[in-house]
Amino acid sequence: MVSIAARHNINISGRPDGQPILFAHGFGCDQNMWRYVAPRFEDEFRVVLFDHIGAGGSDPSAYDPQRYSSLSGYAEDVVAICTELELRDAVFVGHSVSAMIGVLAAAAAPKLFAKLVLVGPSPRYINDDDYVGGFSVDDINDMLESLESNYLGWSSVMAPVIMGRADRPELGEELTESFCRTDPSIARQFARVTFLSDNRKDLPAVATPALVLQCVNDVIAPVSVGEFVCDRMPNASMVLLNATGHCPNLSAPEETAAAIEQFVRRSTFALR
Amino acid sequence: MTSIGGEARDAFCEALLDDDAEQLYDRAPCGYLSTAPDGTILKVNQTFLTLTGYDRGQLVARMRFVQLLSAGGRIYHETHYAPMLSMHGEAHEIALDLVCANGSRLPVLVNSVLERDAHGAPLIVRTAVFDARLRRKYERELLRAKQRAEQSEAHARALAHTLQQTLIPPTPPAIPNLDVAAAYRPAGDGSEVGGDFYDIFQIGASDWVVAIGDVCGKGVNAAVVTALVRHTLRAATVQHAEPSKALRTLNDVLRQHQTDRFCTVALLRLRQADGEWIGTVSCAGHPLPLFRQSDGTLRAVGQPGALLGIVDEAPLRDAQIKLLPGDTLLLYTDGITEARNGKEFYGEERLAVAATQSYGSAEALASAVVSEALEFQAGRPRDDIAVVAIRVPLR
Repeated sequence: MVSIAARHNINISGRPDGQPILFAHGFGCDQNMWRYVAPRFEDEFRVVLFDHIGAGGSDPSAYDPQRYSSLSGYAEDVVAICTELELRDAVFVGHSVSAMIGVLAAAAAPKLFAKLVLVGPSPRYINDDDYVGGFSVDDINDMLESLESNYLGWSSVMAPVIMGRADRPELGEELTESFCRTDPSIARQFARVTFLSDNRKDLPAVATPALVLQCVNDVIAPVSVGEFVCDRMPNASMVLLNATGHCPNLSAPEETAAAIEQFVRRSTFALR
Repeated sequence: MTSIGGEARDAFCEALLDDDAEQLYDRAPCGYLSTAPDGTILKVNQTFLTLTGYDRGQLVARMRFVQLLSAGGRIYHETHYAPMLSMHGEAHEIALDLVCANGSRLPVLVNSVLERDAHGAPLIVRTAVFDARLRRKYERELLRAKQRAEQSEAHARALAHTLQQTLIPPTPPAIPNLDVAAAYRPAGDGSEVGGDFYDIFQIGASDWVVAIGDVCGKGVNAAVVTALVRHTLRAATVQHAEPSKALRTLNDVLRQHQTDRFCTVALLRLRQADGEWIGTVSCAGHPLPLFRQSDGTLRAVGQPGALLGIVDEAPLRDAQIKLLPGDTLLLYTDGITEARNGKEFYGEERLAVAATQSYGSAEALASAVVSEALEFQAGRPRDDIAVVAIRVPLR
């Protein structure tokens, strides 16, 4: 059996004796989403990056449609990673759907996590009576079709063009073709599981101190949804970022990292 | 190279002058947008406005590109497109739907590049938008065809699997005063119907038939022939007491059937008389069964005969043996002897060593032979394996 480190393409950096901080990527891409943010924590923390099964450099043979038919399969993976790596009092930073995966993991194994950082969380993407998730079921089907029509191009016509160019330092050699490329059938199921999930009822059960990082113009998780998450969780606060869009970890890494630092280093600062 | 001159040259220069930068931009054969890193539209060309029906004033400094997309496209933009652009500095041939001013949807293909300033900070995104209505329609048809093809493949696999289940009797029938066991292991992952088969059935009181064979090829066509072979043998053994005659009938049937497939069969008739089992064996292109007597001697029984389905008059013979308590007879297909490990075959010698040992039951013999052949090829058989073991119990 392949080790959990290989299965999840786990990369560990920072201080081996530091408090663990685990960064989880959302639907669509992989751990590279954190490449501008995670290194800023290496001075104090033990930084753990991983890919969800089916994404990035994970072991595709580990993908089990049954296990990953709901977000709890992904949450079990997070718990397994923490257990296997013996992470204690970990800070879990989850972007997009991984925010809810972290909530589920903390509900299942509250002792493992000291703090949760939820970047652009949404406990339900589809509108439901008074609740405004931002999308209708038709919108989600539309998105699945969007995925389909892009895989045609992605699989055959569009060869990956990844060049090391001096004027674009971001294009490191280590950035493999896997970024944003997922097996179409896995991507389809992950998209369904993500966008049809409803985790509103799981929020009140998680008392772990949590920080909601919310962007002003997020078309996937609007501000009202971030507020909903913050209201429903007993121990949560929210920081509104000036960043636009759903990926502040890419578009505004400084602002994102600063907000996370203030939350996770707060106690440390007080001691100094 | 010839240079143009005279009037043509004048016309060329005039055209060049008319096509100034502004026209190049506004009347380009694609929509063209410049946006701030957060997506706010800074500049847009006339072609884009014509395609979408918006006024410049509705878009510039008022809208972000993502807001012009369908809901599904917005999710795709945020989860794939924007990260790609940010990480790779460019994104190509992304299929999206724009929502036009009148609410209609326009399928487009989008290319974007991200320009950065001297310090590497994102400065501007330039996006070209191509009308892709026809292409998208065509791609949807392709996609549907692909999905249909995948469905038919799954269907064919399921069918092959079902066929295979019907072809392999799960367990041999219980024969009074005789210990019979069989084992079957399909090649590879077992998802395809193989050509190996066996059959064990009763003709009369104390009169039994054991058949084992190998139809050339794999898949559904081979399975059809395998079914034909099995049913023909069931009928022919009722008609003919001698296995060689039953095999000749099978040869005729195969020759007349619209198939160019051939097969090998070892056919064994077992009759019990006065407490003794008499076996009559005929082999058509099939490995000869191995007969182990209770004293530990091992020999192949029968004579090699011709493959069935090739020539009209297949030379075939019968051989008789008397099976005494403690004797075993092993029928097998070449999946055992031709099991390969690199260039090396498992071979008849290894099989003879395995078959010479003493086993307490037919089941023990069959499973020992199969597991040894499997182990030899690291558990991944390249060919089907079928084995029938027969043992006369001690009194």
